[in-house]
Amino acid sequence: MEELIEKLKKEVIEQLNLEDINPDDINPDSPLFGEGLGLDSIDALELIVLLEKNYGIKIEDPKDGKKIFHSIRTMAEYITEHKK
Amino acid sequence: MPRRIFITGYGIISCIGNNIDETLTSLLQSKPGTGRIRHIDTILKDELLVGEIPKSQEELFAMAGITPVEGYSRNALLGIIAAREAFLQGQLDENRNLKTGLISATTVGGMDRCELYYNDFLTNDSRNAHIDAYDCADSTERIASLLGIHDFVTTISTACSSAANSIMLGARMIRTGRLDRVLAGGCESLTKFHLNGFNALKILDKDPCKPFDQHRAGINLGEGAAYLVLESEESLEKTGNTAMCELAGWGNACEAFHQTASSPDGVGAFLAMKKALEMSGLQATEIDYVNAHGTGTDNNDLSEGRAIEKLFGESIPMVSSTKPFTGHTTSAAGSTEAILSIFCIQHQVIWPNLNFRERISDLSFSPVEKLLTGVQVNAVMSNSFGFGGNDTSLIFKKV
Amino acid sequence: MAFINGIGLISPQKTAESKEFLAEIVEYTADYLKCIEPGYRSYIDPIQSRRMSRLIKMGIASAKMSVAEAGLAMPDAIITGTGLGSVEDTEKILGEITKEERFLNPTPFIQSTYNTISSQVAIQLKCHNYNSTYVHRTFSFESGLIDGLMQIEEQTASNILAAGIDEMTMNHLQITRRIGQWKMHPVSNLKLLENSSPGALAGEGAAFFVLGAEKTGSAYANLLDVKTCLNINGSFKPASLLPCFLAKHNLTVYDIDLLLLGYNGDCNFDPVYLDFANHFFPGKAQAWFKHLCGEYHTATGFGLYVASNILKHQVYPEILHFNQMNPPRLKNILMYNHFRNVNHAFMLVQAL
Repeated sequence: MEELIEKLKKEVIEQLNLEDINPDDINPDSPLFGEGLGLDSIDALELIVLLEKNYGIKIEDPKDGKKIFHSIRTMAEYITEHKK
Repeated sequence: MPRRIFITGYGIISCIGNNIDETLTSLLQSKPGTGRIRHIDTILKDELLVGEIPKSQEELFAMAGITPVEGYSRNALLGIIAAREAFLQGQLDENRNLKTGLISATTVGGMDRCELYYNDFLTNDSRNAHIDAYDCADSTERIASLLGIHDFVTTISTACSSAANSIMLGARMIRTGRLDRVLAGGCESLTKFHLNGFNALKILDKDPCKPFDQHRAGINLGEGAAYLVLESEESLEKTGNTAMCELAGWGNACEAFHQTASSPDGVGAFLAMKKALEMSGLQATEIDYVNAHGTGTDNNDLSEGRAIEKLFGESIPMVSSTKPFTGHTTSAAGSTEAILSIFCIQHQVIWPNLNFRERISDLSFSPVEKLLTGVQVNAVMSNSFGFGGNDTSLIFKKV
Repeated sequence: MAFINGIGLISPQKTAESKEFLAEIVEYTADYLKCIEPGYRSYIDPIQSRRMSRLIKMGIASAKMSVAEAGLAMPDAIITGTGLGSVEDTEKILGEITKEERFLNPTPFIQSTYNTISSQVAIQLKCHNYNSTYVHRTFSFESGLIDGLMQIEEQTASNILAAGIDEMTMNHLQITRRIGQWKMHPVSNLKLLENSSPGALAGEGAAFFVLGAEKTGSAYANLLDVKTCLNINGSFKPASLLPCFLAKHNLTVYDIDLLLLGYNGDCNFDPVYLDFANHFFPGKAQAWFKHLCGEYHTATGFGLYVASNILKHQVYPEILHFNQMNPPRLKNILMYNHFRNVNHAFMLVQAL
């Protein structure tokens, strides 16, 4: 899990173009949206593409993203559960 | 007293008809035109429901009266078909000494051919005739050249409010005395490009769209072209044309909220409608019908609905979205729905909001569910809102 | 008419970093002239800019430069012109969908929409006022200026942000080279006319102008009027419109002190300018500017920067001289531009 979390941090930074942020700056339990990294609805869509492209996981309803993308950890948990 | 603006001609093509008469017939029969994608090779074709015009490129060439030749996009052909219908009705070929302009709107431009031949563009000269046709100006210049319009020609792209903005600019060109009459509207063909783009935004409904419904699930994209002839009073005296109605008010405002999402309280929509209403000199209670933008997305319909509530207060007029008929024709939506709104004044009808079942819990009103005939319609508001929060509202009034 | 009260320009010259008027000229020997971009941190919050492609950043930064210069907090209208919008984003999507239609990112699609810059500028300035975008080849910037001039006439706006923005990419250059638009090999921009050959030297730029009903302390010049005309089917002579265009402002060809012409080094189309100048303005001073910024759909944005600065500073830098004539005074400048002899446009700019 910890390995996946570190990998995910890097992938999220790359996918969302978070130029000024290092993986170490991201607390895996902090919220990604709103207060946390200040991400918005388009970032959520970008994360959906990330899951599909890198992990083969398809999210049909963007509303499901809210829970899945709460934090890096919730993302990692969702991937572990659903990875084909 | 500012110059008044009259509508004296129109032309339209969409999935519910190839011209004005067919369009009106489909509407009166409450018959939508949406279905599966047949003319674009895309992996989404069995997945999405769209308002595609059931014509091949060859058939469109024939309808446009043009010998098939390389370099024409689907968009340009649709534009030519609708623009010519309006041009003929408005008798723009007469009185050539009147200053005449063409203002067209599009966002996809010639993308339908560009996406088909892109690899050729990159590697060989076989499709060079289409390279120039890829931008937004190409369809406009082809229409201008075919119809002989040169005094003022331009193209607007503000996403889904584009064609409403071209009508608004046309009116202002007349009002400031720069032009006597204007052919204004827009064209937009379906492309793999924006089908995929909207799909990536997860705002497309796989089933018939349900604007203003509690369980709405997104847009059905459509394609089409629609143009109106706008004339000043002085021009009318020379052309002898009959005014179908008056363009009494217009307003544009910007949400300044988010690149794609509408603000929760619909500030841009409210400001645009308010500006148009103030300009028209009408009271809110005098608006008989609002042809809403009503795309069927979660976000738009709630935001637009709240703005309508705020503007009209206790006396909300009849409201419907006609996008379940035509699909969302994006850059052509503003002029398409302007024509559908003018029909309401001419024929004293109100179009139904197809597929509506359940009112949005956060809104106090429901849209019109069934076709209404024999109703008094003197003034109609037509809304068009686009990405970037570009919101435009037009008001048409009986003469 | 409108006063030009502020300018923000990102161009292949050092216009973003210095307010000095063409103090130092950058020479390129290249396929196309690329903008010298500023550091964006002082203009855009990095969290907001993280998704923005180059053209969007250039647009926002130049917009902010212009409002800062004019001391304008809230424009009454934001109007942009762009021939091609974000080419980079459009190419990203085309690359994806022509291979396989999966994994398409929403961001390039959103940014490929032509009105992205005008709406991003509105978001940055929290401006709910009129917003529009024109996308008609070399009429894009001019259409926006006409819209702005009308707003002032209609008294619906007194301060307008009007812009011309376009970018070039190597990919797009190679595609459009196929139809003879550009020179086939790198050339020096400062030796553009030495070897006459077909095709222009391509360029790019982002130019924002604050147009005001009232003159401010920062004002450059007075934009009297703009006119576009489409030469359809080749039979029409747009230059015949000129006397009428000038007469509207009680001017004749004799009142024009300096011609600013859109020569771009394309031997097939440059003669149109020469014929125009010889016909209406024999023996008059001719200036040019596209060797400094390259040719692109909204290059007249750079041209308006040049005209505004000539009039404000009352200088006529040598680098702009197209012929040997010197203007008797620097009061009225007529800019004339055309694209392939189809899209013709005039701009009339007057000293304050």
